[in-house]
Amino acid sequence: MRFMVIVKATAETEAGVQPSEEVITQMHAFNEELVKAGVMLAGEGLHPSSKGARVFFSGDERTVVDGPFAETKELIAGFWLLEVKSLEEAVEWVKRVPNPTGEQSQIEIRQVFSSEDFENAPQEIIDRENELRARADARG
Amino acid sequence: MATDARRAVEAVWRIESARLIAGLARMVRDVGLAEELAQDALVSALEQWPEAGVPRNPGAWLMTAAKNRAVDLIRRRQNYQRKLEQIGRDTEHDHAPDASTGVGDINDDLLRLVFTACHPVLSTEAQVALTLRMLGGLATDEIARAFLVPESTVAQRIVRAKKTLAKANVPFEVPAEDERDARLASVLGVIYLIFNEGYSATAGDDWMRPGLCEDALRLARVLAGLMPREPEVHGLVALLEIQASRARARVGPNGEPVLLLDQNRARWDQLLIRRGLEALAKAESLGGAAGPYALQAAIAACHARARTAEETDWTRIAGLYEALALVTPSPVVALNHAVAISMAFGPAIGLELVDELLEEPALKGYHLLPSVRGDLLVKLGRNDEARTEFERAAGLTRNERERKLLLDRAAAC
Repeated sequence: MRFMVIVKATAETEAGVQPSEEVITQMHAFNEELVKAGVMLAGEGLHPSSKGARVFFSGDERTVVDGPFAETKELIAGFWLLEVKSLEEAVEWVKRVPNPTGEQSQIEIRQVFSSEDFENAPQEIIDRENELRARADARG
Repeated sequence: MATDARRAVEAVWRIESARLIAGLARMVRDVGLAEELAQDALVSALEQWPEAGVPRNPGAWLMTAAKNRAVDLIRRRQNYQRKLEQIGRDTEHDHAPDASTGVGDINDDLLRLVFTACHPVLSTEAQVALTLRMLGGLATDEIARAFLVPESTVAQRIVRAKKTLAKANVPFEVPAEDERDARLASVLGVIYLIFNEGYSATAGDDWMRPGLCEDALRLARVLAGLMPREPEVHGLVALLEIQASRARARVGPNGEPVLLLDQNRARWDQLLIRRGLEALAKAESLGGAAGPYALQAAIAACHARARTAEETDWTRIAGLYEALALVTPSPVVALNHAVAISMAFGPAIGLELVDELLEEPALKGYHLLPSVRGDLLVKLGRNDEARTEFERAAGLTRNERERKLLLDRAAAC
């Protein structure tokens, strides 16, 4: 099963401060561990929200708001996509993420939906999924 | 709480067991014993962690527990002095699995473990069981469930395999240059076999056992990390990534198999395709374009690159199958080549090639031969003959889902 490991933003990441060489070296070593263990499918770091945008939806209306956004702690600074056997295994990996600066930060682990998750889903959701699939098919 | 701790132990085991066994095997020079020591450490963890909590560095904890046990054990043996010294020496420059202790040595140990688990003195079944157990961190009952055999059978297989390795005095080492290619081929073969067992379950109600595919893919990725200069390892990774990318699209809403050309390509996993294409490029850049796995991956890549089934480059696929037939000639490759030719140049010429295979003894019980023949006959409008072929194919497959699909096709003729 797949998990998205979400690294939350900090004041530094939002300010666009480049991590120290030590942080970069340790992160690189950790990424290498993940790759060598065959569990890392993808991973990226994100620019500060000041370079991003949000699109708000209300009925037919779309409103675009440029960054930066408030609530730094709720923002995302990067992610990994891990393929592991269980949530516990994802947690074990995340516990090993280096934290050389000792600063307070937060990483969130969320399971990615897969087709098996829909097998026991309510009929209504299965129907919707099938309809989606049919539409995608029609497009070719 | 106790189950939480148990699950945490299992998670740690999954991450650490291969490195643990590999490190121990170098010390005691006996993979069977190493595996038992590691299992003992696991039992200790299951006893102690629920009370005391998971230690900060669980890998090092397990290694220390296993080493202590090794010392106890070896004390009771004749040659204990010599081995004790060895352990003492090794403990000095601690090989506890820890990211900070440098990965060079542990990688060597892991490679030795891979080659030992797939050693030619073992039967293929034993190689598969040992690989899943010692490198995949799977428990005996998990292996048994994956291969639909009784747990006792797998347990016996593992015990016997360990005895065979000990009796044959198989050294714990990476094979010498002259036999390395052949030994690597058998390692890759074992991983591919595990993947295939999951990808097209040979028997039973399930069309796929995704867990087994994931285990194989993980092993292949690990191997690529251990042998980054071996093109065929990347070829195998490429093949598995691309095949796995289709898993979602291979099963219809009622669990029935959906054939490649009928699959909804929107459901193919683009991330895995990208990873597969990258691995293929890596294999090719290392000069391995003509390796059997790289060639199969290149064929899979042709399908992956086509946005619709109609856009498939069948001429290229036919050429790749021809190249594959040169490196690994087999009736199955010949059959696939015939299919590619029929797609590129028409069903009549395809049927001619398939008919040349009818007397092939290796394909006598192979359900895809009549199935392919049926397919070509339908295209040529020879429906009566096609029906017979689909019925014959249905009688040959051991997979229930596939049987139903073939009978439906027969009924539609």
